[in-house]
Amino acid sequence: MLDRSALPCFRKFLFRVHRKWAILGEKMANFSTNDFRSGLKVMLDGDPCAIIDNELVKPGKGQAFSRCKLRNLKTGRVWERTFKSGESLEGADVMDYDMEYLYTDGEFWHFMMTDGSFEQHAADEKAVEDAIKWLKEQDVYTVTLYNGAPLSVAPANFVELEVVETDPGLKGDTAQGGTKPATLTTGAVVNVPLFINVGEVLKIDTRVGEYVSRAKG
Amino acid sequence: MWRPSCSHESIKARAELYAQLRAFFMSRGVLEVETPVLSQSGSTDPYLESLCLDQDQTYYLQTSPEFAMKRLLASGIGDIYQVCKSFRCNEMSARHNPEFTMLEWYRIGFSLDELLQEIYALVSEVLDLPKEGGIISKPSSAYRLVTYKKAFNDILNINPFHEALSSLQAMCVREANYEGSPLDRDGCLDLLLSVCVEPSLGVDKPCFLIDYPESQAALARIEVDAEGDRVGKRAELYIRGLELANAYDELTDATEQRRRFEEDLLMRSELGLPNVTPDSRLLEALEDGIPACAGVALGIDRLLMLKMGASSLADVVAFPHERA
Repeated sequence: MLDRSALPCFRKFLFRVHRKWAILGEKMANFSTNDFRSGLKVMLDGDPCAIIDNELVKPGKGQAFSRCKLRNLKTGRVWERTFKSGESLEGADVMDYDMEYLYTDGEFWHFMMTDGSFEQHAADEKAVEDAIKWLKEQDVYTVTLYNGAPLSVAPANFVELEVVETDPGLKGDTAQGGTKPATLTTGAVVNVPLFINVGEVLKIDTRVGEYVSRAKG
Repeated sequence: MWRPSCSHESIKARAELYAQLRAFFMSRGVLEVETPVLSQSGSTDPYLESLCLDQDQTYYLQTSPEFAMKRLLASGIGDIYQVCKSFRCNEMSARHNPEFTMLEWYRIGFSLDELLQEIYALVSEVLDLPKEGGIISKPSSAYRLVTYKKAFNDILNINPFHEALSSLQAMCVREANYEGSPLDRDGCLDLLLSVCVEPSLGVDKPCFLIDYPESQAALARIEVDAEGDRVGKRAELYIRGLELANAYDELTDATEQRRRFEEDLLMRSELGLPNVTPDSRLLEALEDGIPACAGVALGIDRLLMLKMGASSLADVVAFPHERA
């Protein structure tokens, strides 16, 4: 029996064993088209892909096919492919983890697991590309590991960041609806209402890169 | 997830539809029958996967009531119809549910032409479509009859009976982004039909696709068409790109039926699919003699989709598979 206090340790051990297997090229499970669900990660043409959509087509009598939309997780491009029903694709060793952003050394961006293992991962520029202008130290991001290495980093849908530079605020100009650019601590530039001042913390929607509101207290 | 996925309006529409079709068949002197859903034999069709119950003996949930109904026909019962549940493993999409409701009927002495007219009469009544008959040789203005050959020629500019396999395979990659083990001839045609041809069938008015390649005859009789190609006397009804019914000029020859069973089983073993016990009682019935007839299976849930203008079975079935 495992002692409860040993559990985090054991998990860490399992995690490492899992990584090692993946690195040694241990085969992942195969998934038949009948298992294809949105979100399933599979290998296609040597790249990890996530299934977006899977539709069965079949004439009245005869063979059935799976028409799939897949997102290539390396390039972000969407592929459309048709498979014979019942054929299989190899699963991709792709997992999402919550990790805290630590720092960058200019070449790599370093993240740490939030599960208590303190395990660190270094993401290259390509992996952080989409998240780079929202990266704030000590905030938590979703890091996607492929064969144990960061493949991509995604910020939360909403982040709170401080304004470091913008034109002085115009008092009383809340109704006009005009905007001006503001630079945030991470270097991101977003359009904000005219009444926003340097030092204010703003809520930003990272999916569209737009100002939402002032952050609440 | 405990709630029905469809509206009460759809549930009422189904009840009305059942009353309507029972009145339809009553007025035409077609008898309602009931046959077992669980059978000791299954469908040998390599592309239909039966659900099995393994107790002391294997029982299959029917993929259609065809074999049992044909045994009734051989017993001399006359014209019959049935509304029943049928089951097909792993078939799930907006247009498929592993458990679905089928309407199947048989008409003694009917030609395929006559049956198609009757199918149209029923469907036009349910969907409030123009009521006009027509026959294959003299097409009606209410619905269209398109041969398999013509449909492929119109849309893909190929003759599906003679196009080289390599060219069909290339077409599957080009038109449907096919990936995986090479498709055989029928596989290519099935894919091209589903992806390229079907969406344009029955768009302006209902359309029967007729005269299938011999290899896709399933349980239909074979004839030779005007160009000398052997065609299966099968018809599939399409309305707005949705496949609704499959009709046959029924195969009544026991020897030919036995041969098709054997062919299916051989194909099953080549494809690594589980063996299925073919229906020996159907063969016995055919040997004793079954009257010449035409028969059709029609998807009731899909008919309701069309009636309700729904885009998914979940809009017309109270508890689809994931809520069952």
